[in-house]
Amino acid sequence: MESSDDIRLFDEIQFLDEIADSFRAHAPACDYWSLRLVAEESDHLEVRQGVVEPSLIASSLGAMVTLVTAGGVGYGATSDLSPAGLRAAAGRAAEWARLHACLGLFDAALFPRASGVADYHSCVDETWDSMSVADKIALLQQANAALDIDARILDWSAWLTRSRVSQLLVSSDGGRISQRFEYLFPGLLAVANAGSQTQRRHGGGADRVRQGGLEILAEARLLEAAPCVAEEAIALLEAPECPSDTRDLILLPNQMALQIHESIGHPLELDRILGDERNYAGTSFVTPGMFGRYRYGSDLLDVAFDPSVPGELASMVADDEGNAAERHYLIRGGILERPLGGPLSQARAGLPGVACSRASSWDRPPIDRMGNINLEPGEGDLDDLIAGVERGVLMETNRSWSIDDSRNKFQFGCELGRLIEDGRLTGLVRNPGYRGLSAEFWRSLDGVGGPETREVCGVANCGKGEPNQSLFVGHASPPCRFRDVSVFGGGE
Amino acid sequence: MNQEDFQALSDRLFARLSGGEVLFCSLGGETSDFVRLTRNRIRQAGHLHSFSLGLTLISGARQAEGVCDLTGQPGPDLARAARLLQSLRERIGHVPEDPYLNYSVEPTQGARRVSAEMPSAEEALSDLVAAAEGLDLVGIWAGGEILEALSSSIGHRHWHQSTSFNLDWSGYLEADKALKSCYGGFSWDPSVLRGRLDAMRDALKVMERPAMTIAPGRYRAYFAPAAVQELMEMLAWGGFDLKSHRTQQTPLLKLVRGERRLDPRIGIREESSRGLAAGFTAEGFLQPDSVTLIEKGAHADCLVDARSAKEYGGIVNAGGETPESLALDAGDLPLDAVPSRLGTGLYIGNLWYCNWSDANECRITGMTRFGTFWVENGEIQAPVKAMRFDDSLYHLLGDRLEGLTRERELILSADTYDGRSTGSALLPGLLVSGIDLAL
Repeated sequence: MESSDDIRLFDEIQFLDEIADSFRAHAPACDYWSLRLVAEESDHLEVRQGVVEPSLIASSLGAMVTLVTAGGVGYGATSDLSPAGLRAAAGRAAEWARLHACLGLFDAALFPRASGVADYHSCVDETWDSMSVADKIALLQQANAALDIDARILDWSAWLTRSRVSQLLVSSDGGRISQRFEYLFPGLLAVANAGSQTQRRHGGGADRVRQGGLEILAEARLLEAAPCVAEEAIALLEAPECPSDTRDLILLPNQMALQIHESIGHPLELDRILGDERNYAGTSFVTPGMFGRYRYGSDLLDVAFDPSVPGELASMVADDEGNAAERHYLIRGGILERPLGGPLSQARAGLPGVACSRASSWDRPPIDRMGNINLEPGEGDLDDLIAGVERGVLMETNRSWSIDDSRNKFQFGCELGRLIEDGRLTGLVRNPGYRGLSAEFWRSLDGVGGPETREVCGVANCGKGEPNQSLFVGHASPPCRFRDVSVFGGGE
Repeated sequence: MNQEDFQALSDRLFARLSGGEVLFCSLGGETSDFVRLTRNRIRQAGHLHSFSLGLTLISGARQAEGVCDLTGQPGPDLARAARLLQSLRERIGHVPEDPYLNYSVEPTQGARRVSAEMPSAEEALSDLVAAAEGLDLVGIWAGGEILEALSSSIGHRHWHQSTSFNLDWSGYLEADKALKSCYGGFSWDPSVLRGRLDAMRDALKVMERPAMTIAPGRYRAYFAPAAVQELMEMLAWGGFDLKSHRTQQTPLLKLVRGERRLDPRIGIREESSRGLAAGFTAEGFLQPDSVTLIEKGAHADCLVDARSAKEYGGIVNAGGETPESLALDAGDLPLDAVPSRLGTGLYIGNLWYCNWSDANECRITGMTRFGTFWVENGEIQAPVKAMRFDDSLYHLLGDRLEGLTRERELILSADTYDGRSTGSALLPGLLVSGIDLAL
């Protein structure tokens, strides 16, 4: 027999409100509590080598109870949303709060209290259900077939993933934040091989992960993109290796996303600066004394935390502690202004921050994370950037990422490179990579594309935290030009 | 949720099947405490109670998969599971026949329960904080019960339940001068913890020496087992599964083609017999005790999951595409002889953030981290500032390999991305005549 609560599972926010009301009516006696309820649904469709892969329909539903009591803070997470289940979670949270009161790192009075009321939902023009499953599979079959252009293509896939996350945060201070996020992730992959050389090429929106609905398919252009993806994979087999020397570098937005992510986003996370992540994700070369005066990059470097960009992965009205999300500059005119830290980290560090206390789901407590970290546009188009290079290489689509634990020494690889000679693109090069130091690299920035060249991209698997958390962050950027970068290719 | 509850839920779902449908039900769950520490004080402490049900509905040659969270309460759980089953039934009507559908039709059964002798998390944390007094300790305690189970309408019945703890921490002297340690398993002994903390305190004294900055170039090096684990995790990323091999994506492509070689002393195996991970797959297959992946430096077998077995032909020997219980064969180098055999070079305690530099060449880049020292004439001289390497495993496990230690270390995974991991690795240390540092 189906219980009435689960029949209403998919009226998510209303359903979550009812659970919250029940919890509120029997709320634990404490200084402060919050209840964060999260309902997630996803659907994954994929066609590989002409075969429809098993689809995956997934849902998740649970709650995180946070208590401030007896001078400590504790968390309790549960997938049992019955009154008894939530009471049990609150009970464990209270036990941990009591130990935290004795052995805690910070004064529980610093813990942020949510009192705001707000709602957010992703802008969706075409809902997931506006296209039948059969039509979606047919589209993927066509796109998949369009990748199969040559015997050297040994593996080829087309996929479409939809995810919906409904979240309700309520608190003892009257806070109520409801947010519904919709994501659509289309993508294509072609794997080409000749002898012992294998090249992989992605496309069809795989590198432009976004909030939104099926309208994203019009931009992803799966059918039109597929032959190009496969052709580029094959062309890379025959291309020369990227040269290994020092030359100018232009990064397209889909690689800028990774560059911003690893060498601006992570180093500015305040919990790293405070030392909380030293056992796992690492620390930062940025120190508290640098804010307000440190030259992070050239004058052209303007970077903002911006939760208001439509369609960007981490657009939101508030973070997962209920702090109102607002746009702030992190770096302006190349000068470091503000770290990425929620109110608790701000209080511990004595620094300003942003609303970026985020959790990967209901089963993890919020920590300092990136949201949308965007590089502001400059002037001109991509041709203007290329015209300013006498000897260089253009790289696009990340395929390899590695950076030290203080987020300084990095090495990144891309799927595709193009040589630039005397202001013109010349030939394709394979296995392109580059390495450098964050603290120096951004100072070599000397060209930033204009507003028309900016693309909204993101990272869908940003990992951090103990226990581990993987979540979505957004990065919008124009193509950018850097001078005198150490580049390299593949081979021994 | 206990085994009887799970079976009762599964049976009620099986009762809803019709027309020759087959259903596989898998359960994942944990009841865990997670406590983060910074500067030997509690940063975040919490508890997690979580169950997840996976369903694979099969009708003829069609299949659909689904996952939902469970509450642990029979009524709501049946409602959620039934709703998911109905969604899968609707989906299966829209998908074509799957030529690679593959599941076990032999109704195997088994149960494994691993219990632990451990205190409450609160007691363990109090012990830790007291024992680590004066240390700048940062890390995490993760402990409690993990469940993995399988039931099918064919008759499969498998249950894997373990209670364990994993304390994973670093001790910092300053900036990036740090050492890493861990204490995990099934039997908590405060004296073991105190011993490891005392050893860390002693080793941190060496860290007090001024850190050396070394120039890019090639250096003799010893990789401690924790560093070797990072190299093995890279190999595990597409190195061993049948699909990667048949689509020529494996980073071991040149080894398979006979264009490159590994040292004959290299033997790599997946050892399910270790018993820490569940020994069954979601499709009801049993994993063999051991699969030899690399033997005498040459490619041997692949990991073959159910789908690849059908697609490419083969016998199922793995639940997924990556090893869960990897082992690298031991060598004959006594651990206490490592300093003298290294002579002058790098002692690398850990590596960090490895990734492919060029997978076609099995070329990896990554960073040194925690506990990396410069050694001269067998004596540790000073800690070394973090350096980036960029080198091929065909060298590090091939022509530049000088030895593997006789002793091996069992490393329990601290990974918690998809719940607390049951993965582990049994690894020796590696001595090499050179590693290329790039930055």
